[in-house]
Parts: sequence; structure tokens; C-alpha cells
Amino acid sequence: MTVKVSLTVNGKPAAAEVEERTLLVSFIRETLRLTGTHVGCDTAQCGACTIHMDGQAVKSCNILAMQAEGKSITTIEGIASADGTLHPMQEAFRQNHGLQCGFCTPGMVMSAIDMLRHYPHPDEATIRAELDGNLCRCTGYHNIVKAIQAASQASA
Amino acid sequence: MYPFEYQTASSVADAASRLAAHGDAKLLAGGQTMIASMKLRLAQPSHLIDLAGAADMRGIQVSATEVTLGAMSRHAEVARSAAVQKAIPVLAKLAGGIGDRMVRNMGTIGGSVANNDPAADYPAAVLGLNATVRTNKRSIAADDFFLGMYETALAEGEIITSFSFPIPRRGAYMKFKNPASRYALVGVLVAQLADGSVRVAVTGAGPVVFRVPEMEKALTAQFAPEAVAGIKIPADGLNADIHAQADYRAHLITVMAKRAVAAALA
Amino acid sequence: MATPYIGVPVQRREDLRFLTGAGNYTDDLTLPHQTHAVFVRSPHAHARIRSIKLERARAAAGVVGIFTGADVAAAKINGLPCGWLITGNDGKPMNEPAHPILALDTVRHAGDGVAVVIAETLAQARDAAEQVEVDYEVLPAVVDAVAALAPGAPLLHEGAPGNRCYTWDIGDKAGVDAAFARAAHVTTLEFVNNRLIPNAIEPRAVNASYSRADDSYTLYVANQNPHVERLLMCAFVLGLPEHKVRVVAPDVGGGFGSKIYLYAEDVVLTWASRQVNRPIKWTADRSESFLSDAHGRDHHTKAQLALDKDGQFLALRVNTTANLGAYLSTFASAVPTILYATLLAGQYATPVIHCEVTAAFTNTAPVDAYRGAGRPEATYVVERMVETAAREMGIDPAAIRRRNFIRSFPYQTPVALMYDIGDYEATLDRAIELADVAGFATRRSQSQARGKLRGLGYACYIEACGIAPSSVAGALGARAGLFEAGEVRVHPTGKVTVFTGSHSHGQGHETSFAQVVADRLGISMDDVEIVHGDTSKVLFGMGTYGSRSLAVGGTAIIKALDKVVAKGKKIAAHLLEAAETDIEFADGQFKVAGTDRSKAFAEIALTAYVPHNFPHDKLEPGLNENAFYDPSNFTFPAGTYICEVEVDPETGAVNIERFVAVDDFGNIINPMIVEGQVHGGLVQGLGQALNECGVYDSASGQLTTGTFMDYCMPRADDMPSFKVATHGTACTHNPLGVKGCGEAGAIGSPPALMNALTDALGVADFAMPATPQRIWATLQSKQQRKAA
Repeated sequence: MTVKVSLTVNGKPAAAEVEERTLLVSFIRETLRLTGTHVGCDTAQCGACTIHMDGQAVKSCNILAMQAEGKSITTIEGIASADGTLHPMQEAFRQNHGLQCGFCTPGMVMSAIDMLRHYPHPDEATIRAELDGNLCRCTGYHNIVKAIQAASQASA
Repeated sequence: MYPFEYQTASSVADAASRLAAHGDAKLLAGGQTMIASMKLRLAQPSHLIDLAGAADMRGIQVSATEVTLGAMSRHAEVARSAAVQKAIPVLAKLAGGIGDRMVRNMGTIGGSVANNDPAADYPAAVLGLNATVRTNKRSIAADDFFLGMYETALAEGEIITSFSFPIPRRGAYMKFKNPASRYALVGVLVAQLADGSVRVAVTGAGPVVFRVPEMEKALTAQFAPEAVAGIKIPADGLNADIHAQADYRAHLITVMAKRAVAAALA
Repeated sequence: MATPYIGVPVQRREDLRFLTGAGNYTDDLTLPHQTHAVFVRSPHAHARIRSIKLERARAAAGVVGIFTGADVAAAKINGLPCGWLITGNDGKPMNEPAHPILALDTVRHAGDGVAVVIAETLAQARDAAEQVEVDYEVLPAVVDAVAALAPGAPLLHEGAPGNRCYTWDIGDKAGVDAAFARAAHVTTLEFVNNRLIPNAIEPRAVNASYSRADDSYTLYVANQNPHVERLLMCAFVLGLPEHKVRVVAPDVGGGFGSKIYLYAEDVVLTWASRQVNRPIKWTADRSESFLSDAHGRDHHTKAQLALDKDGQFLALRVNTTANLGAYLSTFASAVPTILYATLLAGQYATPVIHCEVTAAFTNTAPVDAYRGAGRPEATYVVERMVETAAREMGIDPAAIRRRNFIRSFPYQTPVALMYDIGDYEATLDRAIELADVAGFATRRSQSQARGKLRGLGYACYIEACGIAPSSVAGALGARAGLFEAGEVRVHPTGKVTVFTGSHSHGQGHETSFAQVVADRLGISMDDVEIVHGDTSKVLFGMGTYGSRSLAVGGTAIIKALDKVVAKGKKIAAHLLEAAETDIEFADGQFKVAGTDRSKAFAEIALTAYVPHNFPHDKLEPGLNENAFYDPSNFTFPAGTYICEVEVDPETGAVNIERFVAVDDFGNIINPMIVEGQVHGGLVQGLGQALNECGVYDSASGQLTTGTFMDYCMPRADDMPSFKVATHGTACTHNPLGVKGCGEAGAIGSPPALMNALTDALGVADFAMPATPQRIWATLQSKQQRKAA
């Protein structure tokens, strides 16, 4: 059975008929073809699927598309400026080599942006603690922590 | 995930009637456990009734004597509520330590307590702070609510609407996390209630959240870390898995209780 | 003059696409008429398949095709090959049981593939897969290698009596025995090197299609070496003509070894895409990755170190049992032998070494190379033994290492390798300085005052990278060459496309290789593009593993660049009317020596493609060169790691207070990327020592750690920030003087951490991972021993 889901994605309206069991991440990746949001696990732990829903970071693999009905979604594709200027968090990840294979990166960046909303100037321990919902297998976290610190200083 | 029909409820009453209309219907609160188990095909509801639109299940109220949390209060809302932080700091802090930031933005107290995972944090708060669980049918004392592993006093069709937490004198929650899942390997909530009585609630260690009368007695006599430091918890009946054998969990209960008392006094 | 790029922390050109969600990973690709596959997997560790009923599944909505082991057998598809033949110490080849792509009559580990269901949508494929009815006769299972070798253990393969794959040895057994007879001190330890599950964050993924128009196949796959994947699949399994199969490994989200191998799913989908005449996509669920990816490590080892009264090493004796899992994965047999025992000399001039390895089949997922592959196991043995010997003999752990360091190069070890160069004292000195070892005693007493236990541990590792000289590998049993290929295509405008057989799945080759090329040609990096991961574009390749890309793949590119420059000189000599021997090439200019007459690189390129004035009698037009490079030796990165920990004795919780890594990687192209590789390796190594362990239930054979809920991945708050530094001695046998940096962190860090923890706890040994429970239990039993 299909239902219609309508929401705003990266500032633009999006609507489609989907099966009711469709996860939000499948809707984003497969229906909207926004493949920057990734799936790295099936127990909502790796955080690669992190997006913003009405301004809050959530794991889109653990939410039904229908739960996002009428909501405003931002994905990794939607955070740079229209002219292509990277979001300060994206820029900080690049400057600080906060990514290697790039697979966890979209979730990391979306989570980190959300982190700074709540902790504008976090110390290292806070950053590490607040990254507990995101797994990275490449960077050893060292440069991700550095990137988030740099981004927080950039916005000071 | 198996196919199901998705519905939204506009109120508690609406949710109740939808639940009654379909035998295999389930409620969807924050979905952080429900969706995960459906993805693994461990649950197969015919209908999923989303409570996000039920306005009468939301909201945080703080009076002189108690904090009331709507069942659909998200963990992040509770953690960030200045009123809760002031009235019952341990409650805000516990909510702020559930899962991770993304999970806290979706997960709700009603969903967590109704699910009654043996390693969840909220059951320790409900039991340790002597909260009352309010449903669409009745009020249930915390002591009567948690019956066993994933088992509660909720009857068929009964829906948690809110929780009332009496404001204690002091309290603290200490969690030793499972290194892998980050759920509570052992979590101990210690609270000195308004009447001076003390509750010690333990999650993660057994099949269901439980109180430790011996510690409560000792702490009622003297609310100090030393009062519990020497109390050994028997390992019988405690959980054992690759992360912690029962004797280790038993030991951690004492350590976490001691630290919780110290934190409550700090 | 062009900017010099080598040695500069150039920002990565890969990053823009990854940071904006524009990466192109296998699962991101959807082909026209795409179908989706779901594998029916064995729920049992060991069982005979009595029957498979497909009627209900076939009738399910959207089903396009279902195939089982019987279909595979009828199509005469071979099993998966093993790429390395180990000859046992009995002179016989290893036992090599069949590794079918779908089980025919027996399943041998939980997650073994039984059938594939292909449907219009993924949800439909899942729904239908549940309708496949398999009747199993459950058999007893064995998951531990030592138990599998014991008499009476359940037998996995008829062709492997006693579950033995081989017993193999290296070194001088009699010499070792003689040295032990005159030892003043013998240190003995038994280790378990824990099983690890690689868990690249991108799960394995495959998208296979068949074209009736030209009878060709295209396989997109998350893989570290597409040409090897193609070669193995075509030549050994499916019997397809290699030139009719294109393998593309697009952006790959981490590999760490687990994406080297030819997996059953890759072959099943390629074959089935022709049967259903539709593209088929499969992406592993994480739970499926846990069950079906090749795992790493899983050794039981007994080791003895003989020393004289001054702490000089006399001999090392090692006996290892290795768990290979249920089947031989692509390089499984080489990991606990060639990549392990040859490293047991470490950084030390131990005169005689003997190592015997027995490899066993068990009812677990196949075990193969995982970041470090054999070398972490060897380093763990050597560095735990050395530190323990120092403690037992009351010698400072740094001093005992200095006393035994190899100081003269080249050095022939007693276990086959010839170290070309190194400076072990220098990395040790620098690490001691950076770690402030001098201040440790004070910090330890401060911890003590707070009721905490503090410890410090060293590890001086060595590894053999730049895999590998093909003649050496061949003599040791490799069934493939291990060279690399590269091609430099200079375009008429002087822009350059470089094709490499190396594969980047996080390493940043698109940047570091471009730095090398731009510097060599004296042109801007913007004018250089690096292409990899597509058999239809790249001439050939052996791929990326064993920290080989720059040392081997980079050298192949250098050789091709040399050819480009040589031809450029010929063209320049013609244009400048000078003798070819008088032409010098530097900073992008072909110049007549001792004059100011020159031609820029781009002018020469243009001339090569617009050959109006061209030495046609001597040269062909165009400027496109390729090269193959087979290394003459391994490279030997080495270094010292120092770890300082604090333990909460009440809970067993560990805090890594300091971690210093000083590495000798030879010359460095991009220090930013190198540091990132070290950080990542360190956390994988520290993850092994602190968090991670693949656990199978010994009774049921089920994987207990089958999700991230139970398999403990290191998170940001488990780990510290690192102090890393390098001290390079240039590799003597490749033109860049590079050694490789991808695995070092994972190799040196586990013994450093365990040496620190045993120091903190005041115990001889306990097993990895050092979970809070294990530390608490270790302290409990120490207390009980004291009380007794």
C-alpha cells in the first residue's frame, strides 16, 4: 500500500507516493536521489544517516518517511550556500583533514553542526562525548575533533 | 520491515480508539526502539499509530511539588528544560544521557517506559523518584508498574499519557555504560525524597529495574557514600553476558550507588 | 617555476565531493531496470541441507529469479579460489577444500549463503526471501581453532582431516633449541590475538549487469582491487573471457583489507545478471556484514624468549594456531604465515628464531587480512615478550630494546626478510622525549593519590610493506604477481591524466599521487588528474593493501613519467636542434644544458600531438607512456609508540592519557594525509586492544557480537588525541624513498597499550580486549592471589 508524503527538503517542496514502510533515509536516497545521506548500520548506531529535521539532528534510518510528513529536512546536499561556498563545518572538515573515505562524513558534519548549536564552544572532552552517535573507521576521530574545534572557533 | 498501515492520532482518545479498532496495532512514540525492531523484522504490527500529533500527550509542567512530563516528551526536551533542570536536576541529567543526541531528539519517555528495556535509563528514574505513571485509564505507582523484562502493568489498549515526578530533596544517577551499546551496564539512581525516605533504583543489572532495600535503609539512616560502600549485592539473578558477568554487575551496583550518593551531595 | 608539492600538506581534492554528498559509492548507483538481491543465509553454524522449497518464494510479489547451490552446480561454476598456496612442513600442499558461492549440501558457518532472491524492489526481495523454506539437519559445530584441531572435533571438510589446513614452519629449530639450553633467562607467555570484524562504515555492495548487445558484464563493487577481482572471477570461477568483463570500484567507503577479496556475492550477482537479464544490486545490511565479511586475526600463540644474563636476546620460539574460518578466503593462508612469522625478528638482532603455525578450519566466517595482516600479530608477540622480559629481569624496557636493536643495514633476519634501512634508536629517543617519560613517575604518584592506577608501555614495531617482489612472493606460494601498473597520458595541451592500478578508498591518492606527478613534470597539480578503480580505463592493477600504493603503485607512475620525460627530451632535442644528451629537464622546462634555450612541457606535449615539426624518422607522435613496476624488496616502516594509561580500579575503566607515535615511513609526500593514516591505524589497533572482539558462542556457533550493540567499535570518547611525529630514513630501493604508512598504527598500538595496562595493573598478562570487566576481574584475581 502506498501513501503520499509531502515535506520540504533543502528548502524545496518534495512529495511522492511511497510504501508506508519506507524509511526516511530510503525516501531521501532512493526517491529523491539525494545519495549523500548514507546507511552504515541497521541498529541506528553509526550515524552515517544523520540529517536535520525541523532543525534537529536525527537518524534518518530510524524514522519512517511518514513521520517526516510536513516537516523540513536538511541533508548534506543542502548546507553549502547556493553559490557553492561550503558551510563552515564542511570547510573545517576539509581544512583539518577530518575525513578519509568520506562515507561517515555527511552524518558527521550534520551531527557536528547540531552539536555546536547546543555547545557553541565545546572543549575536547565534550566534542568526543557528543560524537557518541557517530562512528568513523578511518580518521581515528583525531582530526574530526580538531575540525569541530576549528569550526567552533571560526564562529566565535 | 513488514508492511503495515500507518495512522496518526490527534489525541489520546483518538489513539485509544484506533488501537481498539485493530487487533495487531501498535503505538509509535519516538520510534527509536520500535522502528529498529521492525527493521529487523522482530515486530509485525498491522497498524502503526503515530502519537506525534497527540497534543494532549506533550508538555512539561513544573509545580512546587512535582514535575509532570507528557508521555511524548522527547529526551532532549526534558534534558534541556530549564524548569526540570531546576526542580529535579537528576531527571534532566538522566534524560540527557540516554542514547546519543540524535536518538534523544526523537525518543520519548512514554515510549521508553512502556518498552521497559532492562538496560534503559528512564525506568530507573520512574522507580527511583517514585513517579506515578498516568494512563488513559488510571494512575499506576512506579512500584507496581515494572513487572519483568519488557513487561509492564499496562493492560491491552492502555496508553501512558504522562508521568508525575514528586520533587525530591536530592538525587543523582550514575551509569556505567555497556562499552558497545552504550546502554546501562549498570545504572543506579539514588534519591532522597521530600519526606526524607531514600530510594535506590538499579537498571541494566537485572531483568527489570529494581530497588535495593538494604541500601535504602542504610541511606535513610545516613545519607553518605560510606553508608553503601560496604553493602555487597548478591550476584544471583543478575544479568550475565559477554560485557559483564553477574558478579561484576553486582560489584558495579555498589560502586555506582556510592558515586551517586556522592554526586547527590555535591 | 612550479610549486613543489612533495612534502607539503596539500588539501585533498577528494574532499569536496565527499563533503557535499556528491560521492559516488556503489549503493548510490541505480541502473535502468534495476533489480535487488537478498541472500538467504544459514541460521546455523553447521548443518546439512535436507531440502530447499522455493514454491512460496517464487510466487511472492515482484520476484524476478531465485537461485540456489544446485543451480550454481548445474551451471558448473567453480568455488572461490585461494590466492596463496602454503606448503606444509611435511612437504605437502595445504588442504584446500571447495568454497562454493552458494552452499550445495552443507552450510559451515552462520551466515553461509544458501540462496539468492532477486526481486523488483528490495522490500519484495526481503519478503520473498523469508518464504524460502530450507530444511536443515543441524550438525555439531566448532568455533575455536584449538578445539577444532583436537581429536573428535566436528569435521568441516572431508578434504581437511582433523580440520587442519596446514602446519608450516620457518627458521632454525635446532639452533633455537640450542640457544634456549644456554639461556640465563626465559620469558614465556601465551596469547590470544582476538578476532576482529573489519566494519568499514560502507557495507559491501555490488551492482552487476549483463549486456546482450555485446555479451559483456559490468560489475560495480566496493572493492580494493578491481583487476584482481576480475581476474579471479573470470579465470577461476565463472570461466568468462576477461575482456568481456568490466569491474568498477567507484568511491569505496573504507576497506581495511575486508574489500580485497573476491566474495561469493560478487560472483553470484555477476552470473545471475545474465540469467535474469537485468542489473542486480545487493548491499549488505550491517548485520549481514558481520556474518559474511572476512574477519581478521584470531590466533592462539605460545611464545618463549631466551636471553643471556644481560638481557641480550638469544632466541625466540613461537607456536601459533590460526583460525581460518570455514573456508579459505582469497589471501587467508598467507596471513598467519608469510605475513606473520617473517616479522618475528622485530627491530632486534635476535640470532635465531623458529615459528610453527597450524591453521585450522572452524564454523566461523572466513578470516583473512585485516589492517596490518599478520604483522600486528607478530608485533604483539615480540613487543609483549620484550617488555615482559625486561620487567622479569629488572631492566628498563627502553634499555633492553636499545641493547638488542639492529644497527647495521642491510640486515638479514633469521626469518627470511632483508631490512634495507632503519634508525630504531632515533624513533625511540624522539618518542621518549614526546611522551615525557621522565615525568611519568610523578604522574603515576599523582594518579595513585587519586586512587587510580597508571602505567606506561612501549612498542617498537616493524612491518614489511610495499608488497611485494613477485619472485619472492611466488617462491613463497603466491599464485599472483604483486607488481603494479601505471599510465601517464599527456594531453596535447600539456594536461595529464594518470591511470593507476592502486585503489584509493580513503587514502587520498587523487591528491598525493597528483603531488608526485606535478612535481616530477614541473606542472601545476590542477593539470593532473588521477584515475583509478575501473578495469576499462586502467591498464592493469594489483590494487591497494599492505601499505603498497605509493611504494609500488607510485613507483610504476614514476617509471612511466621517466619514459614521458625521456621521449620529451627527444622531441625537445629535435626542436632545439641540440643533442638529446644535452637536454635537461627541470621545473617543467626542457633545456639545452648551459644555455637559455628551452621548451616548456606543454610545448613539447603540443608538438607530440601536432607533429608538423617532429622527428618522425625516430619517434611516433603522441605522448602516452605506461609502466609496470615489480619491487626488488619489501619496504620496512618502523617506529616507536608509547602509551600511558590510567585505570579506575573500582570499575575497570581505562583512560588512555597519552599516546605518542614516532614513525619512520621514509620520505613523505603529504604529511597531512600520513598523519591521518596514523591516527586511523592507531584507533583500529587501540580498538583491538581496548574494545573489539568477535565472539562466537562455543555451543551454538552463533556470532554473539553480530551488531554494533555487542561488537564494540571504538568511539570518539574511547580515544585520546595523539602526538605523532616522523623520523625518516629513505627507502633505498624505490625512487621516491617511501615505505608506506597505512597499517603502522594498527600494528604498533595494541602491544603499547597492553604493555601500559599490564604495567598499571602490575600483572604479567591478560587477554585483549581490555574491557572494564576483564580489567576488574584481573585485579580481583590478583587480590585473591595476594590474600592466598
